[in-house]
Amino acid sequence: MSLMHTDQTAPRRPASTTAVMGWLLVATLPGIAALTWHFGWGVLTNLGFAAAAAIGLEATMLRLRHRPVAATLGDNSALVTAVLLGAALPPGSAWWLILIGMVAAIVVAKHLYGGLGHNLFNPAMVGYALLLVSFPGPMSLWPSPDGLLSPEARPLGEALHQLAGLTSLETRDALSGATPLDAFKHKPEALMASEFWADSPLPDGALAAWQQVALAWLAGGALLVYKRVIGWQIPVAMLGTLTLVATLLYAGNPSHQGSPLFHLLGGAAIFGAFFIATDPVSAATSRRGKLIYGAGIGALVMVIRPAGAYPDAVAFAVLLMNFAAPFIDYYSEPRVYGHPTATRGIRVDVDKEAR
Amino acid sequence: MAERFDFPGGITPPTRKARATRSPLCTPPLPRRVILPLAQHAGAPAEPCVEVGQRVRTGERIARASGLISAALHASITGRVAAIEDHPLPTADGRRGPCIVIEGEGEDDWLTLPPLDWRQAAETTLLERLDASGVVGLGGAAFPTQVKARIRELHAIDTVIVNAAECEPYISADDLTLRHFAADVLEGARLMARLAGAERILVGIEDDKPEARQALEVAREATLAEAVPVEIRAIATRYPSGGERQLIKRLLGREVPSGGLPADVGTHCHNPGTLRAALAAIRDGVPLVERVVTLTGEALARPGNVVARLGTPMGELLGFAGLDTQALHRLVMGGPMMGEALGELACPVVKATNCLIAATRSELPDPPPEQPCIRCGACEEACPASLLPQQLYWFARGREHDKAERFHLFDCIECGACSYVCPSHIPLEQYYRAAKQTIRAQRREAARADHARHRFEFRQARLAREQAEKEARRAARKRAAAPATRPPAGSDAQSAAPAADLRGLRIAHSAARAAERKAEKALARAAESGEADPATLEDLETQLATARENRQAAEARLQAARDVEEKPS
Repeated sequence: MSLMHTDQTAPRRPASTTAVMGWLLVATLPGIAALTWHFGWGVLTNLGFAAAAAIGLEATMLRLRHRPVAATLGDNSALVTAVLLGAALPPGSAWWLILIGMVAAIVVAKHLYGGLGHNLFNPAMVGYALLLVSFPGPMSLWPSPDGLLSPEARPLGEALHQLAGLTSLETRDALSGATPLDAFKHKPEALMASEFWADSPLPDGALAAWQQVALAWLAGGALLVYKRVIGWQIPVAMLGTLTLVATLLYAGNPSHQGSPLFHLLGGAAIFGAFFIATDPVSAATSRRGKLIYGAGIGALVMVIRPAGAYPDAVAFAVLLMNFAAPFIDYYSEPRVYGHPTATRGIRVDVDKEAR
Repeated sequence: MAERFDFPGGITPPTRKARATRSPLCTPPLPRRVILPLAQHAGAPAEPCVEVGQRVRTGERIARASGLISAALHASITGRVAAIEDHPLPTADGRRGPCIVIEGEGEDDWLTLPPLDWRQAAETTLLERLDASGVVGLGGAAFPTQVKARIRELHAIDTVIVNAAECEPYISADDLTLRHFAADVLEGARLMARLAGAERILVGIEDDKPEARQALEVAREATLAEAVPVEIRAIATRYPSGGERQLIKRLLGREVPSGGLPADVGTHCHNPGTLRAALAAIRDGVPLVERVVTLTGEALARPGNVVARLGTPMGELLGFAGLDTQALHRLVMGGPMMGEALGELACPVVKATNCLIAATRSELPDPPPEQPCIRCGACEEACPASLLPQQLYWFARGREHDKAERFHLFDCIECGACSYVCPSHIPLEQYYRAAKQTIRAQRREAARADHARHRFEFRQARLAREQAEKEARRAARKRAAAPATRPPAGSDAQSAAPAADLRGLRIAHSAARAAERKAEKALARAAESGEADPATLEDLETQLATARENRQAAEARLQAARDVEEKPS
């Protein structure tokens, strides 16, 4: 019986689940700050409402499931889901959109599967994918990156209006636009990539804003790796594979494909690699398994982005690999001490008969 | 210094050893009364061979070994046997078990055996002496040393490893043993090397014990002329380096096969205290009646290491070390990672008691409530056996025992490194232990049924064989009675027939011998794991006895056939 615990020794790695989730929240701050800086108050109204919804839904579900409410809420896991989904939604989303997403995430993907630690799929991505499929309109309209302090920036009040559903981005079409990935996806077939970019299809500074946001997520992700909240395997494998596939595609058809850097920084790749794909509950388990899992996500993203119906693909790629995680686990087990080779696959019944 | 070999994972908890290593080894006053459990070693409990009211002298045998894997027990003080009755045993479940209680006279009146020279005496004499002295492994598992030493009959051993890693926090009994008796420990290792036929001795010691290491170096330099070379290797302090399997990997790069023994890779591991006890049993004729025990924890005013007589009530020893009963929150026998929390101060010190921790509440607090596993993988990084603890936990909890076994549940050494790092405070190794127990119980049931069936089939086969042999003998007699009628040309064919018989018998004999070895190994393994229940051990012993009989029968038949063959020529 182990009577000592690492939490008595101030280790670098957070020693409790609450602290793990706490560090995850801290690590989202640079990304959230960058998003807010470029896309305005709508980011914060998203997050605020998502957090409130998450806590309310989590408490309700815990009560319905007869679990200790206060103690479990304290693990911060619902907040993490709220922040991840809130940051992924277009800034200034309406309350009902956020609420539907949070119900799908917290109620369906998390608690109906058995609560923290039992969910097969990443809750935030279940919510996001549901919204993306059901409400493609509002989900693809991002405000133009005016900056928080510029004269054109919409004030907090307007963001609250949007949250309340009183105004939507569509009514101010001039001020909103597609994401870079979306715009690039819908460029006319005949148009060369260089011509497309020459046309300045995006609001001013949009591409730079997206790139800066991606770098901010990268900073937060580096903190997570340093604090050993996440392993390096999934982000490195995912981004590495994504870059590799993007490079191959680009090398094959540079006039019509996006550059590797565009794919790396233009969408949700960095955010997904460090904050979404690394959700340990729904990811593969062993270190080798994590490499396979991350590589699978990277490859799927680069299949769906150019060939699929949706501009970005991180949510779908993560969910598809969630399906594959148990399978990967059976085939990526490390070699155990005292065994000449690693065991592969699952043959419980065969083994039993042999015995 | 970079090490050539290493095991993966491991943890570096605070060692908390300094409190008990500041003062030298000391001897507390003789206990007035000792309680000696009959089952304080791996294997079958000892059988009492004294009567209540009888006077016994210190070192006198009071219970004899029963069965192949067992150990004798000796009076640790001089006095009268007051009772043979049930007392609380030092286990976490607070079990009671039969003990011999001796009321002391206050003085030692020693009864020792004649000294032996381990370099000269026959090996069987030495093994018998170890057996008669009740020497068992003092590192915690309490496996009879004599049985371990006998394994030479089955394996080639090249290296005797002195396991001085003592990697678990708090414990410093080996450290102090080495500081005071390094020469004895090395001589004990040479003794075991002779019994095992090993060519070298390798001492593995963690680098947080410089004094012990220095003492070892001095002892080594003094015996450089000896035939068996000694190498002392310091390894970086990391738990669980002292796990036999981990130490072998770290020192030699060899991996004990799953389900196997260190002897399978040509090694024997011995704890320094065991080696000293083995030497004392042979050189001085002193049986195992005392051992070094670390007394530590913040509830003690005078922590340190003591030479304690076996059977001393723990409360008495801790009182000697200045126990503050108000501050005592938890009493642990062994270390904080793998030890057992005890409920009673009245439990006696046994052969496996290497350390007693009298901890305060702030020192070893109650763990916070378990939270759900988020599969973060911290346990996986800490596991020294490269297991996937998070998967094992999942299967153990869900009672999916097939899958737990598929994920190598039985390769878990229960070191607790996974629990130590788990951010959800899940007592992982307790789940594994429970799952193992359930699986073992199921297997025992299955094995018992199998065994009954085998016994029946074996009997049928034996009857058939005996019948066939009878027929063969009758035929042979007939042939012998009429030698003249045989044509000369047939002499070739005739001599070929017994040769073929002889070959068959030889094969049967070696098969029987192999079966016997297999049975011996199975028994040794079951006993060494320390988890098999007495019924299983008894079963295995029966199997071994049957195998032995079969082998003897095969030998006799072979011999008879040889005699028959030699006669005509």
